[in-house]
Amino acid sequence: MAEPIIRCRGIVNQFGSQVVHDHLDLDVYPGEILGVVGGSGTGKSVLLRTIAGLNRPKSGTVEVLGTDILHASEDAAMQVQRRWGVMFQDGALFSALTVRENVEVPLRAVPGLSPKLRRELADLKISMSGLPYFAGDKYPSELSGGMRKRAGLARALALDPDIVFLDEPTAGLDPIGAADFDQLIASLRETMGLTVFLVTHDLDTLHAICTRIAVLAEKRVYVTGTMAEMLKVDHPWIRAYFHGPRARAAIDAAERIGN
Amino acid sequence: MAEVIRLDIGVEASGDGHRMALKGPATLADASALAAQLAALPAKEPLTIDLSGLDRMDTAAAYAILSAEARSKEAGGRLELTGASSDISALIERVRKSLPKPEQETAPRLSIADRLERVGRTTTSALASFLDSIGYFGLFLARLVESIVIPSRFRLTALVHHCQEVGVKAVPIVALMSFLIGVVLAFQGSVQLRQFGAEVFVVDLIAISILRELGILLTAIIVAGRTASAFTAAIGSMKMREEIDAMRTLAIDPAAALFVPRILALLLMLPILGLIADVAGLLGGAIMSWVELGISPGMFQTRLLEGTDVRHVMVGLVKAPVFAIIIGVIGCQFGMKVESNAESLGRMTSSAVVAAIFAVIVADAIFSIFFAQIGV
Repeated sequence: MAEPIIRCRGIVNQFGSQVVHDHLDLDVYPGEILGVVGGSGTGKSVLLRTIAGLNRPKSGTVEVLGTDILHASEDAAMQVQRRWGVMFQDGALFSALTVRENVEVPLRAVPGLSPKLRRELADLKISMSGLPYFAGDKYPSELSGGMRKRAGLARALALDPDIVFLDEPTAGLDPIGAADFDQLIASLRETMGLTVFLVTHDLDTLHAICTRIAVLAEKRVYVTGTMAEMLKVDHPWIRAYFHGPRARAAIDAAERIGN
Repeated sequence: MAEVIRLDIGVEASGDGHRMALKGPATLADASALAAQLAALPAKEPLTIDLSGLDRMDTAAAYAILSAEARSKEAGGRLELTGASSDISALIERVRKSLPKPEQETAPRLSIADRLERVGRTTTSALASFLDSIGYFGLFLARLVESIVIPSRFRLTALVHHCQEVGVKAVPIVALMSFLIGVVLAFQGSVQLRQFGAEVFVVDLIAISILRELGILLTAIIVAGRTASAFTAAIGSMKMREEIDAMRTLAIDPAAALFVPRILALLLMLPILGLIADVAGLLGGAIMSWVELGISPGMFQTRLLEGTDVRHVMVGLVKAPVFAIIIGVIGCQFGMKVESNAESLGRMTSSAVVAAIFAVIVADAIFSIFFAQIGV
C-alpha cells in the first residue's frame, strides 16, 4: 500500500481527568475517503481537531504529508496547512463577509494572484460546491444550513488542497440534500484527487462514499476497514452500530441502488 | 527547504497561430502568470495547448485555460488542447461543467421617487416601532394586574434577582458618576459666579440642577446603557435559541415570566438610584465648594435648606418611574425583535441602548415643558 498521507502515532488527549484518546494510532492513505465513527464522547471531533492542528495532544506525533506538524517550525507547519482545508459543522463562515469574500480569504494569501482572477476562482469554487451564482453575494445569515455547509466546503477547497477534513458534513441536512452532498464529495475527490477525512454519524454516507471506516472505541481506533469488514467485527458497540435497524436500512438501500 | 518546482510555459509560433507547451505542475501559484500569457496571445488566431508535460493540474489552472477557450470562441478563433492525461481531462471537464454563469445584474438605480419612498418607509417604521412599544407597555400592565389578582402567578424570586442586578449592582457607578457631576458643577459654577461676587449662589446652582435634572437624567442614561442592553441581550439570546417558543408551547407566558419581573424591578429601583444620585451629587458639590470657595459644609447645608424647596426633589424623582418604564419596555421589545442569528442580537442590543437613551431624553424634554407650563 502507498505511503500514508496522515500518520498519527500514540496520540493521548486528556481533558482534566477524562482521557479521550489513549495512545491512538491512525493512518490515512492518499485518495481515500476515510469515515470516522464512534459513540458520543469518543473524541471524533477532537481527533479531527488534533490532526488539523487546532488541538495539541498531550503526547504523540501527527505527521501530515511527511511533516511532523506538532514539532515542525512555524513556516513548515504553515506550508502544510495550506495543503489542507477544513469544513466545520455549521460552515464557520465569517459572518461579516459575503460568501464570495469568504472563499476569497484563503486566496488572498497567494502571491501574485490578481483580484479579478481571485474573484473568478472564488465564483468557480462556489459553483463547484453546488451553489447557485447569486449565493456569492449573500451573507451567511441569509443562507439555509445546507447552503452554509456548501459555502464552507467552497472555502475549504479554495486552495485546491490535498486533504479536506469534514466535520459531520451531512448533519442537519434532509435526506435528499445529504445524498447530494455525499455525491458532491465523491465527485470532487475523483476529479480533484482529494483525500477526505470525515467525521460522521450518517450510515448512508458511510455506505455511499467512504472507502474505509475507522471506529473509535475504548479510547483508540478500535478497528479500520471497509463496510463489509465492519459487519464481521465482534465488539458490542460496533455490532449495535452496524447491525442496528438504521444500518440495515442503509445497507438495503445501498444494495437496491447497486442492483 | 526543497526548491519549489514551478510551471514552465513555452510559447512558439506555429502555422498561422501559436503553440503553447506546459511543463511541470500547473497550480494556483502560477495561475495568474498562465492567465496573463494566454491573454497576451491574439484570441482570433488558432492556439494549441500541449498538456502532455504536466504532472499535475488544479482547478485554478484549468479555469485559466477554459476562460482563454471561451474568449477565443467568442472572437471566432480556435483553441485546442492536446496530450492531456485522463486525470487532467476529467478535471477540465469537471471545471467546465461548473463554470459559473453570471446572471445579468440589473443595477438598481435610485430615482427620486425611490428615495422619497425610502424616507417614507423609514419614518413609518419608526412610528410603528413607537406604537409597538406602547403595545409592550400595555402587555406589561395587563400581566402586572393579572399577577396582582392571582398572586400565585407572581414571580417574586425573579423580581428580587432583577432588583439585585438592576439596582444594587448599579449603586457604585451611579453614585460615583453623580458625585463627579457635583464636583464639575461646583467648579464651573464657582469660576463664573466669582466674577459677580456671588459665590454663595453656587449652592443653589448645584442643588437645583442636580435635584431637578441631572441626578435623575444621568442615572437614567447610565441605567439605559447598563440595563436596556442587558435585557435585550438576555431576552434576545433566549429568542435566538427558541427558548421563548419553548415557553409558549409549555403554556408559560413570556410577558409574565420575562417582562414583568424585569420592568417592575426597574420601576422599583430607578427612583432609589435617583435618590442616591441626588445625595452623591450634593456631596460632591459640597466638597468642591468647600475646597474651591471655602463654603463650609455647615454653610452649604443652611443655604441648601433655605434656598432650595423640597419640590425640586419631587420634580426630579417623579420622572424616575416614567424613565424606568421607557428603559424596561424598550429593552424587552428589542429583545423580542432578535432573529435567529447572532448578528441581529448584536445589532438589536446596540439599537436598544440608543433608542432607550433617546427616548429618555425626549421624555425629559417633555417633562421640562410641562413643569414650566404648570409653574413648578
